[in-house]
Amino acid sequence: MSSAATTLEVGDVLARTAEGSATLSGTEIGEKLVLNLGPSHPCTHGVLRLVLELDGEVITKADADIGYLHRGDEKIAENMTWNQFVPYTDRLDYLAPLANNVAYACAVEKLMGYELPPRAKTTRVICCELARISAHLLGLGAFAMDVGAMTMFLYTFTEREKIYNLIELLTGARFTTSFTRVGGQTRDLPPGFLEGVKEFSQQFLGKLDEFGKMLSRNRIFVDRTKDLGVISAALALDYGLTGPNLRGSGNDYDVRRYFPYLGYEKFDFDVPVGQAGDCYDRFAVRMEEMKQSVKILLQAIEKMPGGPWMVNDPKNVLPPKDKVLTKMEELIHQFLVVTQGPDAPVGEVYFGAENPKGELGFYLNSRGGGVPHRLKIRAPSFCNLSILSHLLPGHTVSDVPAILGSLDFVMGECDR
Amino acid sequence: MSEGTSDRSADLVSAVKILPEFRGESSWEVAKEKIPELMAALKKEGFTYLADLTGVDNQGEDPRFEVVYELCDLSARRFLRVKTRVAEGDLVPSVSSIWKTADWHEREAWDMVGIRFSGHPDLRRILMWDGYPHHPLRKDFPLEGLPTEMPDIAFTAKAPLEGGPFVTSSALLSQDREPRAHPAEERSL
Repeated sequence: MSSAATTLEVGDVLARTAEGSATLSGTEIGEKLVLNLGPSHPCTHGVLRLVLELDGEVITKADADIGYLHRGDEKIAENMTWNQFVPYTDRLDYLAPLANNVAYACAVEKLMGYELPPRAKTTRVICCELARISAHLLGLGAFAMDVGAMTMFLYTFTEREKIYNLIELLTGARFTTSFTRVGGQTRDLPPGFLEGVKEFSQQFLGKLDEFGKMLSRNRIFVDRTKDLGVISAALALDYGLTGPNLRGSGNDYDVRRYFPYLGYEKFDFDVPVGQAGDCYDRFAVRMEEMKQSVKILLQAIEKMPGGPWMVNDPKNVLPPKDKVLTKMEELIHQFLVVTQGPDAPVGEVYFGAENPKGELGFYLNSRGGGVPHRLKIRAPSFCNLSILSHLLPGHTVSDVPAILGSLDFVMGECDR
Repeated sequence: MSEGTSDRSADLVSAVKILPEFRGESSWEVAKEKIPELMAALKKEGFTYLADLTGVDNQGEDPRFEVVYELCDLSARRFLRVKTRVAEGDLVPSVSSIWKTADWHEREAWDMVGIRFSGHPDLRRILMWDGYPHHPLRKDFPLEGLPTEMPDIAFTAKAPLEGGPFVTSSALLSQDREPRAHPAEERSL
């Protein structure tokens, strides 16, 4: 960092550009221009900052600067009980809070050694797939808007609204759901929820076809995405890309398939894979994934089992609320679990879940007791963005929005 | 999973300490000097995907830090954790030449926990800004933060609920932070 940059005001664009050219040192800055893109730019979907070195319009060097949304989630986690961290997971990938809740709860349950009852598992599958559809819809709308198709955004938001109504019915909140707890969920499925999901799923397939017709053979869209931002399968895995970004390149790694959790092995679904690894293939993979999610949703509704929806371990799992208010034992257990947290064993586990953006992993290191010793979040967006400095050089500045849109990242998760 | 290195030199095999299995996950511990050799061998064995790399601060132990690698073999669908222990100021050989994804993960481990990696192409801070003086995920870094040159951005006010009921205290060691570690009269229940 140059000494000139430290004395300048934060927020000063010139200062950031000067600092940017310092970080790209090692090249002759003469004919070349350093362009500072972000941290507040519509195409960076949040607060990603890119420092681009340009030769004319072509990028010769790129550096991604992240951390503008760093909130210290991992530090915070070390200072609270296992259940208290659930609301913080809402704010990781804030486009799919339900899926984050599920991934985190599954990780802690792996540490505790719990086997969830079937109803809880299937409920969580519905949560994950609803979150996947809603996150992909936003990704799709924003991607289309980045390359110039405004209408798409409005169409996908109409569908997302229906999902949010369902999520509100399920959790009481539209956005920050905090639905899971260690050992189960906050509540059982409300009456009318499954019917609502079924109704949504059935009409959604038709809508999805409409979206596909609007984009997949649209001349402008195809011209702006085909053969652009090509990532080979080997390179994608080397950079730790996961989710649709990896599958768009032809690698079929899907955690639901490779390391099944929540009974995903019992569902019949396909894992769509791209061939070229360009922006268009990543878009196509997401479109097909939504169809597969609907397929999973319909199966889950069909075979939703009855029975308990919480693990039976009264000392460590929150008791049902109606019993807390009427029974002595449950009141005591509730008090202990809330104040001291579930008593986790000593040990460490890693649990990865297939989230809309890729593999969301939690590494939990426990020294016993109610608080984690270390909680590491393996954020898919973090890994997906690490390829930018390799991917962007050689493209023009006008390609940057298309490439960023196709990678579909969320900074809340990347910066944690 | 010891067959993974059975055809490698006996030297490498004897360097690996196999830790007890927990929840179906295998963990190995190895001296940090052996990391590049072992990791290259494991990648050749099929562990082509480095899922995660983490720095852990075990304050009060010697050596103080731990680097944890989570490896995945996608074709054989198996998982392996490799750990190595590092003291303050030690250099851990970088694996960014073996898996490119390690580049950012190692920058994060340096930024957050303060573990240095040798042979890393560009070991800068990643989440905090260049010139930030602390490593926030160390156990001796308080939850409310430490003063820096940018007080408006990295403010150090006490957490609003700190010291209140139902809040774990930010003690140095996690054992002490755990409410059950304190005698009943000390607890702020």
